[in-house]
Amino acid sequence: MILTGRDLHKSFGTAHALRGAGVTLAEGEVVAVMGPSGSGKSTLLHCLAGILRPDSGEVWFAGRRIDDLPDRDRVRLRRTAFGFVFQFGQLVPELPAVENVALPLLLSGRRRRDALAAGRDWLHRLGLDGLDERMPAELSGGESQRVALARALVAGPAVVFADEPTGALDSVAADHVMELLVDAAHAQRTSVLLVTHEPRVAAHADRTVLVRDGRDTAPVGAP
Amino acid sequence: MTVSYALLGLLERSARHGYDLKQSYDRRFGGVKPVRFGQVYRALAQLTRDGLIEVVGVEAGAGPDRKRYAITEEGVTDLGAWLGEPEQPQPLLQPVLFTKVVLALLSGRPADEFLDAQRKTHLAAMAALTRARRAATTNQDAILADYQLFHIEADLRWIDHTSARLRALADEVRGDSDGS
Repeated sequence: MILTGRDLHKSFGTAHALRGAGVTLAEGEVVAVMGPSGSGKSTLLHCLAGILRPDSGEVWFAGRRIDDLPDRDRVRLRRTAFGFVFQFGQLVPELPAVENVALPLLLSGRRRRDALAAGRDWLHRLGLDGLDERMPAELSGGESQRVALARALVAGPAVVFADEPTGALDSVAADHVMELLVDAAHAQRTSVLLVTHEPRVAAHADRTVLVRDGRDTAPVGAP
Repeated sequence: MTVSYALLGLLERSARHGYDLKQSYDRRFGGVKPVRFGQVYRALAQLTRDGLIEVVGVEAGAGPDRKRYAITEEGVTDLGAWLGEPEQPQPLLQPVLFTKVVLALLSGRPADEFLDAQRKTHLAAMAALTRARRAATTNQDAILADYQLFHIEADLRWIDHTSARLRALADEVRGDSDGS
């Protein structure tokens, strides 16, 4: 297992978001976490990704416990080993598409020319040829989300965390984005933790975990 | 009913034999379920009696496959009317699921467990259909899978909605005082 969350508890004031939830993610596996609003599925993602620190329970990544790491180490881990895709507003509006994609490489100190070349390559892989210099405001919803996907994948992360990545898209664009995400993940052995409330999106995953009242229920059979 | 109209539609393109019709039907619509020869010949006999198609040639030899059928003017009109008439939405599975939920609540069995199990079966079916759609070689196969996917998704929405209202539903079902 590349990522394991075990018996996770997390409260915000008196609200118990997680009450013993857990999930495992194998290398190259795409796992969907489903549940109604308020079930704790996004909190689970944030705990697994090291964005939130659980009150109790453990998170292990690549054989190493990460929930108790100092903030600085978790930030570094998120930057080097994880990629993120969210529902809205992820692209830097002042940067053209190719620089948005190359951003994680530029931030980690890669030479600008190499980073932009990698950015262009990922735009090509996601069918966005010719859009390199477009500004985010000039992209459609589906295109923006594919640029965000390219940025999540450009640094070759071990795990991509995707929280409602197709929430703002129509069903045809959503299918397209999910197909690209799953193909890219399988091709480069990147694991994906996908949070969604849409069954149609979850159906693209290798496996689905249902979360209710902060707990995971028995998994839905893998193929 | 649908098979008859499908055959009528195929005959509108060109006159042909029953065997050809079965082949064409299976190629275009058989993704749902291939049609049996007997069904084709029964449908052709009925369409002929109704005057929607006619036999335009019989080749030497025996058996129904020697007949060549063509659509009549009445058949074209009838096909057009059928295509233009919207279908009533068919709640296919819903009566069964509804009955199970009410019976579970009535008998004090755990309706939430039944709904959870049903949800998992539906999600697994959607995953299988999604893989099938991705493997589809034609757009026709893909949109057929899409149709099934959207229907299963509608069931799932109903399951989620019902799960969220189970307590109120239980009070109501058990409060019914007809004694049955």
